[in-house]
Amino acid sequence: MKRLFGVMTLIAMLSVLLAACGGQPTTTPAEEPAAEATEAPAAEPAEPTEESTEATEEPVAEATEVTEEPAADPVEDPLGVVEVAPGDSIILAYAQVISGPNETLGVDSIRGVELAMDAFGGELLGHPLELVGEDSLCSPEGGQAAATKLASNPQIVGIIGTTCSSAATVAAPIIDEAGMVMISGSNTAPALTDPAEHVQGFLRTAHNDKVQGAVAAEYAFNVLGVTTAATIHDGSVYAEQLANVFAERFTELGGQIVAQEAVNAGDTDMRSVLTSIASDSPELIYYPIFVAEGGFVTSQVGEVSGLEGVKLMASDGLFSPDFIDAAGDAAVGMYLSSPDFSAFAGGYEDFLAKHEERYGEDPLSVFHANAYDASTLILNAVEQVAVEQDDGTLLIPRQALRDAIYATADFAGLTGNLTCDENGDCADPNIAVYEVVSGDSSLWQDEVVQKVYP
Amino acid sequence: MRRLGLRIDFSQLIVWIIGLLLLALVVIGTISTLQTGKYSAQQWRDFVVFGIAQGSIYALIALGYTMVYGVLGLINFAHGEVFMSGAFTGFFLANALAENGMIDSNPILSLIAVILLSAAVSTGVALALERIAYRRLRRAPRLVALITAIGASFFLQYTFRGLYGSGVKVYPTVEILQGSVFGIQKTMIVVFIGAISMLILLYLFIQNTKMGKAIRAVSEDVETAALMGVDVNRTISATFAVGGVMAGVAGVLYAIIFKQVNFFMGFIPGIKAFTAAVLGGIGNIPGAAMGGLVLGIFESVGPSLFLEGLGIPAAYQLKDVIAFLMLVLILIFRPTGILGERLATKRV
Repeated sequence: MKRLFGVMTLIAMLSVLLAACGGQPTTTPAEEPAAEATEAPAAEPAEPTEESTEATEEPVAEATEVTEEPAADPVEDPLGVVEVAPGDSIILAYAQVISGPNETLGVDSIRGVELAMDAFGGELLGHPLELVGEDSLCSPEGGQAAATKLASNPQIVGIIGTTCSSAATVAAPIIDEAGMVMISGSNTAPALTDPAEHVQGFLRTAHNDKVQGAVAAEYAFNVLGVTTAATIHDGSVYAEQLANVFAERFTELGGQIVAQEAVNAGDTDMRSVLTSIASDSPELIYYPIFVAEGGFVTSQVGEVSGLEGVKLMASDGLFSPDFIDAAGDAAVGMYLSSPDFSAFAGGYEDFLAKHEERYGEDPLSVFHANAYDASTLILNAVEQVAVEQDDGTLLIPRQALRDAIYATADFAGLTGNLTCDENGDCADPNIAVYEVVSGDSSLWQDEVVQKVYP
Repeated sequence: MRRLGLRIDFSQLIVWIIGLLLLALVVIGTISTLQTGKYSAQQWRDFVVFGIAQGSIYALIALGYTMVYGVLGLINFAHGEVFMSGAFTGFFLANALAENGMIDSNPILSLIAVILLSAAVSTGVALALERIAYRRLRRAPRLVALITAIGASFFLQYTFRGLYGSGVKVYPTVEILQGSVFGIQKTMIVVFIGAISMLILLYLFIQNTKMGKAIRAVSEDVETAALMGVDVNRTISATFAVGGVMAGVAGVLYAIIFKQVNFFMGFIPGIKAFTAAVLGGIGNIPGAAMGGLVLGIFESVGPSLFLEGLGIPAAYQLKDVIAFLMLVLILIFRPTGILGERLATKRV
């Protein structure tokens, strides 16, 4: 019996360790998927593997037709060439969180991608556009699973993802190895485009949190006039780095960080950690975390003595009606930083109209426009580099595709004028601070959050 | 354990040393935190109150683990999902009641209705689990049943995800439960009272009813109980049902303090409650209740009390470490748990 307990304890400990390690990108991606995928595209283009049948519904007959003439292939590329047979679709993929508490963050981005495809009329160079995707969750494990599955489909031209930075830290190297390119409209953690860690296959149209954290700190210090603050992160790359940027900037401005706490993704009881923070009596708590835990923190602040009147501030991860649901009226009066919608280019109004028309509601979160721009970058690049053969087969060389995206300069996207640097940062970062004015999520968005800064 | 003198087992010795080192760390941390005087007496009280509220929920779930272990020797890892199924289903009734205003005009009645529904669903799930997944495997090796339990847990999680969606649902706020009495949140008081009354009811059921007697008999010796005319299948079903009721009530109490429910909510409380059951001595009903409370309080107080004193930053991220560290210490120093394995049945 004792041995059974031993085993049980071990299982319990391991599962907690796994959960705890979730924050760090400790897992190194496996080699196999990469090798498999890099070899595949150029040599035997459309031999449908099991994975790709899901994406391409092409009959086998067509595939054999294409494989007959690889000898005459005029396009060479170090990373391989995607071949799209006549009548076949050009396949884009998403890797977004589409389940769990952060679902709306992912769905919001996917809608951005769909609208971008619509803007191209649903087709490119005479081929229909098709979107496939995987759930990358909001965790390193999810990122790994999604990236591995996507990397095994040689027909995928580019990927829009991931939603959460912790998924991207693991997913980006896998996608990179596979020769594909992934542009994220919502990964904001600074490390992803840090020259030391950046992989060539990864770019982003989302702002770098170096900007977001700094704007939040400036607003807190200069406008709200608070001089002491506490931060809470949840161990994810996104939250931890953002909390650190905030703390750095806040201290630089002359403020004081009195406590830097952390919780775990999946925690429910925040009262203890808040009581601990209350003993340092900060004037503001900054918690750039995600929906479920953010909801718990927000709704439990009021129950902790010593935190009466404390100001609350969070970031784009909580900018969604789900968070308003989770926190209810407790969210009223708190501040959220997010991309500045009013600084977006003129096309945004039109985008909103199309969004309303197609989905019957306002955007669910903040990164739809960034995802839209990410998709547009990929599709424009495909248009530039694709070579059409006499029989109508389209050849898309992968390295050339990447180069074309990196060469983006002063591109007028929805979110501003995009210019990609060599580390993959393409955004034109305009960050605003919004105040939550209502706890009724059915009024989302204008009657729930209002811009207060700048 | 009792081999003293020359026959000290070397590996036992190492384990004891590790255990003692951990204990020493806890003591040093505690002393240095208390010396800094960072927290006021009221804050310590708050930590304990939060811990008790959380612990009462662990205790109710732990009862399900411990009773099933008592009669079957099986660790029902799907019990966390039994808890989730009730809480998640209760949401829909609570939400409907909030929309038609019942919850504000008749809060107590509504609360009872939600608890009844939640308990009914949890009980149904627990019974189905026993009938479909475990009964056939009763004579199979332990490991088979254990793996089945883990499989059933995933099955239930994803069934409920399919039924109710993968998003987070939020229970409505009950007006009369807002605010506090003597500086303690009303919700905490309700949860604590709810949990204690369930424990008392359970105790009365086990000690004073015929079925309770049958459960005790089966957990002592299945075959002899069968020879004495106890219907074993029925008794085991009853055990699962009682565990389900407890889990269902725990689900609503959980929703009262935490509001949010989703399909994955049963996993962590399930693991914690299992820890609580082992802490108290698995198979032992008062032990499970005590284990839950102790675990809740330690989780809430521990990071501030001894981790901060050791100079560990962001101590609350290590909350789970405390829970499982306690489990390790208990298994080293008192492998049968605080109150001892199956104490209740020995007394009969």
